[in-house]
Amino acid sequence: MSIDLKTIKHISKLSRISVDEKKAEKLAGDLNSIFDFIEKLNELKTDNVEPLTSVAETTLKLRSDEVKSKNLRVQVIKNSPKENEDYFIVPKVIE
Amino acid sequence: MSDITKQSLSELVENIKNKKLSSSEVTKAFVERSKKSKELNAYITEDFVNALNKAKKFDEKPNLDLKLPGIPMAVKDLFCTRDLRTTAGSKILNNFVPTYESTVTQNIWNEGAILMGKLNCDEFAMGSSNETSFFGNVQNPIDKNLVPGGSSGGSSSAVAAQLTPITIGTDTGGSIRQPASFTGTVGLKPTYGSCSRYGIVAFASSLDQAGPMAQNVKDCALLQEVISTYDEKDSTSIDFKRNEYSKELTKNIKGKKIGIPKEYRVDGMPKEIEDLWKKGIEYAKDCGAEIIDISLPHTNYALPTYYIVAPAEASSNLARYDGVKYGFRAEGENLIDMYEKTRSEGFGDEVQRRIMIGTYVLSSGYYDAYYLKAQKVRKLIKNDFDDAYEKVDAILTPSTPSSAFKIGEKTNDPVSMYLNDIFTVPVNLAGLPGISIPAGHDAKGYPLGLQIIGKAFDEQNILNIAYAMEEKINFKNNITDWWIK
Repeated sequence: MSIDLKTIKHISKLSRISVDEKKAEKLAGDLNSIFDFIEKLNELKTDNVEPLTSVAETTLKLRSDEVKSKNLRVQVIKNSPKENEDYFIVPKVIE
Repeated sequence: MSDITKQSLSELVENIKNKKLSSSEVTKAFVERSKKSKELNAYITEDFVNALNKAKKFDEKPNLDLKLPGIPMAVKDLFCTRDLRTTAGSKILNNFVPTYESTVTQNIWNEGAILMGKLNCDEFAMGSSNETSFFGNVQNPIDKNLVPGGSSGGSSSAVAAQLTPITIGTDTGGSIRQPASFTGTVGLKPTYGSCSRYGIVAFASSLDQAGPMAQNVKDCALLQEVISTYDEKDSTSIDFKRNEYSKELTKNIKGKKIGIPKEYRVDGMPKEIEDLWKKGIEYAKDCGAEIIDISLPHTNYALPTYYIVAPAEASSNLARYDGVKYGFRAEGENLIDMYEKTRSEGFGDEVQRRIMIGTYVLSSGYYDAYYLKAQKVRKLIKNDFDDAYEKVDAILTPSTPSSAFKIGEKTNDPVSMYLNDIFTVPVNLAGLPGISIPAGHDAKGYPLGLQIIGKAFDEQNILNIAYAMEEKINFKNNITDWWIK
């Protein structure tokens, strides 16, 4: 199997990571060698195997819905790359 | 006492409890040594002034009943620390200051320890050499040209160089055990669900676990006792009866059955690793253990499985880094352009590679062929261990297929870098505890580690086996302080 540049561009779009031509070529090479290695799994027959999604054999516990942390608005907003005291600022979305 | 930093954690705790040392004396000694050791690049963020103040405060009203009374400690920069920058080794979190504390670090501070700073690691814990960190390589105190392993490379370097008496790392595919092996230190990856993941920057949520990295097994047991708690803030935290691991530690392992899996004898494994393993088997026998040959038939499929499962989970976890609410932002012409540029400039090459692999295996038309397939093989790998544990109490293997490699040696070949984790990855996939202990040196004098894998929740047993073998092995690290001018 081979991952071509078109596929790389498609994945980069889905990943929201911009990729130029040079980087796309490098990534195609890397991903192809990684997938060559991953293809080994096709040697195994797994038709009747249950997929393992988590090794933690536990059920979700219920707890009461209480606010436990204090008001952290100022500290949280401070981590934002762009803000005006009360809001996060992003580029214009609606023309 | 002039050689404070040479003391083990257990010795320091005892000396503080007996009032032979104060927290200020101990903290000052480790801060001074850390300051003289900048060349190792083990720290990303230092918090020395606060640490010294906290030590002074501790000494004014010392609570000597605590398990880590006034002990200074630096931790991997993957743990969120309230009001102290947490970067995960990434440019995208360069200026991130958490408003909350991880449960694991909170447990440590609750027992009296004092935060000294945040230790370097591979970006988002994705790497085996600490070379993917935005904050640069870390040097191995064994030799300046060697990597300290990864992803907990700042942690392994700092413990081996005695910049911190003990530390914590995280292990998704080997990131505690491999760096411990490369630096002649002890590293424990606990059972999945033993230590809370709350407040740890997420990489692959079904595999990530925090654990101690120490100079010896006893110290490791003590820290495990502190960090392992049930936590309602982590939905995969498991409520089981936890031991007081350090108190219940014993060298009596007579009659314990230890399995030797034939599939771990991989092609091209250096003879010195094979020899180390044989020596390990002899040590285990000397301790009174019974050796039994076992088979883990799907071992060879563990790495390919891991390189589907881990990137898939990572691509989902790292979707949150969009340059809006926190972290680095690159300006763009519109919102989508801003996202794409932010993530392209904010993530390093390895992280981008793994996000792309993960996105691909989860994308429409490929989910069944890759992701579902990998989850099924993961089940087969876990079944192998379940079958083996019908016959044995623990499993002994090498920790890594080689000793530490040179900085830059494997950076251009991702697959050869991934092969480093061949012996550690199956343990994460099955959710089991594993410990690496230093067991010898190769011809170049670099340390080599042995791994003991246990049943789920059986940390006490592998700590006991490690404790017994540690005495027989009597390992000495060759560290010359070459970086201190």
